[in-house]
This record gives sequence, structure tokens and C-alpha cells, in this order.
Amino acid sequence: MTDQDALLEYLLRLGDNTLILGHRVSEWCGHAPVLEEDIALANTALDLIGQTQMWLGLAGEVEGKGRTADDLAMLRDVWDFRNVLLVEQPNGDFGQTILRQFLFDAFHFDLLTALSRSANDQIAGIATKSLKEVTYHLERSSETVIGLGDGTDESHRRMQAALDLLWPYVGEMFVADDVDTALQAQGIAPDLTLLRQSFDARLADVMSEATLTLPENSFAHAGGKTGFRHSEHLGHLLTQMQWLQRAYPGATW
Amino acid sequence: MMTTEWPLWEIFIRGQHGLNHRHVGSLHAPDAEMAMKNARDVYTRRNEGVSIWVVEAKHITASSPSDKGPLYEPAESKVYRHPTFFDIPDEAGHM
Repeated sequence: MTDQDALLEYLLRLGDNTLILGHRVSEWCGHAPVLEEDIALANTALDLIGQTQMWLGLAGEVEGKGRTADDLAMLRDVWDFRNVLLVEQPNGDFGQTILRQFLFDAFHFDLLTALSRSANDQIAGIATKSLKEVTYHLERSSETVIGLGDGTDESHRRMQAALDLLWPYVGEMFVADDVDTALQAQGIAPDLTLLRQSFDARLADVMSEATLTLPENSFAHAGGKTGFRHSEHLGHLLTQMQWLQRAYPGATW
Repeated sequence: MMTTEWPLWEIFIRGQHGLNHRHVGSLHAPDAEMAMKNARDVYTRRNEGVSIWVVEAKHITASSPSDKGPLYEPAESKVYRHPTFFDIPDEAGHM
């Protein structure tokens, strides 16, 4: 694996995470339980799609084959995607969506904080810009998780169920492979074991305030960020997200 | 009957440094902190504000429309209360 291959792979992971989660969150538009949450979720989705344009735009440059961010988003198939499995999981109920958001935000915040000091200036620039948005995402999702976890019997039950369901998807975000270690050696990407420590500390705080119990099982699904095996949900998501470009290739506004 | 609706909050936003907070609308939220966040999402997404105030609507005491006469009409015939009888020197410029 050349340095360029590793960098491209890493950028696709960053951009695919924000693209797939952004699309997932956008599915709430017009359906959220209250107007205020509807707008907040749409804002989050738009932030994530904006970040995708920067990450995938840079990925296209690094690849050097003339592919744009749009090409990468709309014309790749399931096996080409490099997002973690967590972000492609279905929305479920509102609590499940918010818990998924919190788990990703907590990871994303620490990741971007580290990347804002990356040896690669372009990556550092995108991370710094994204971090302002993600700081707010994390603040909002943490408080909502706490509010619903420590809320009524029903909201507590739903949040605990969401945590039990999504917990096996947390581990994948922190497992380093050859790509991570190669970029870490060049000072471009952070050490994921350090990120995990910070994540665990934050998680413990929020879970205790939310009166939620972390499952003891440490099993972690894998296969998303390497593209080896996505869950069946990604294919369904792509048929929705990509159908227009697939049905009418090259269509523009 | 217990209501499951979140309380209503009135939102005030200061658009630029030096200007007053202005009422921009209202929204629902479970508490003041979430009202602040919701205000950020609902009313400042196009870069409108630099400062937000949220006030739970029940804490605002409003004048009643039927009191309009007694409250405001007595001022109408008292033109001398308006500072319009002074010549403003040119040097003072626009006031």
C-alpha cells in the first residue's frame, strides 16, 4: 500500500461516515416528533453533508482520476463505501437516532480535535472547520440522551434498548488497521487507542447522568470501514440516495 | 389534566453588536437550555444572531387589547410631550 493509497482510503472513511450519517439523519426531515427537533436534525444532516463535500472533494484530488465529491457519493456501490457500520444503521425510533448520533458525535469530536493538528494541512483545515459544527452536535445529542435516559419510564426503556442495540457497533470506530497505523506514523492521523480512552470517559459521564447501563458484552461488529462487509442496510440506503443519478446519469438542477 | 406539551418560550435575538435584542418568535422546549439550543437551530441558521435570550412565555405579562384606550389615548392630545418644538442646529447633524 503506497502512502497515496492509504491517504485516499482514510479520506474516504472520513467522507463516507459523514455522508451516510448525514443521509440517515436527513430521513427524519418532515417526520420528527416536534418541529424544533425536525429543524435541528435537518441542520445536523446539512452540516454532515457539507463536511462530506470537503472530505470527498479532497479524496477525489488525492486519487487524481478526475472524480468529484459528487461522483464518489453517487456513483460508487456498497463495497466501495468505507463508513463504519454504526452510521448506516436504521433510524429506528427517535431515541435510537439520538443515541446513534451521540455515539458518533463523541467519537467524531475527539477525532476532529486530533485531526485539527494533523501534519496534513488540508486535513487540519477541514477538521478545524468541521469541529465547530460537531462541538454543537455533541452538546445537543449528549443533552438529549441525558434528558430521555433520565426522563419518563418509557423514554428510559427506549434509550436503554437503543444502547443495547447499538453498543456492538461502537468498537469498530476504534480498531486501527494498516491504513490507520500508516497515517499515524506520518503524523496525519491520531492514535485510536488514545481516542478510545477519551471516548470511554465521556461515555461513562453521560451514561451515568442518563441513568443508562452500558452492556457488559464487548463484542464488536467489523467490516464497514474496511469495506469488507457492510450490513444489509447500506444497500437500501444507497438505492434511495443514488437513484436519481443512477436513473438519469449526469442530471443537474 | 396533565399536559405532555413542552412549555412555550419567547425568543429574543441580538442581530449585531450594539443593537437591542428583538423578539423573533416562539418555540417549545422542555427547559431553558433546550430552548436555547432550539432557538439556535430554528432562528439563527442563517447567521442572524450574536446573542440569544429565551424567556418562558408564562413569565411575560402582556397588556390587554381592551385596555388600549385608557393606556394610550391620554397621550394622544399632548403634543408638547414630543420633542418637536426645538430647532436643531445644523452642526448637530442628524438626530
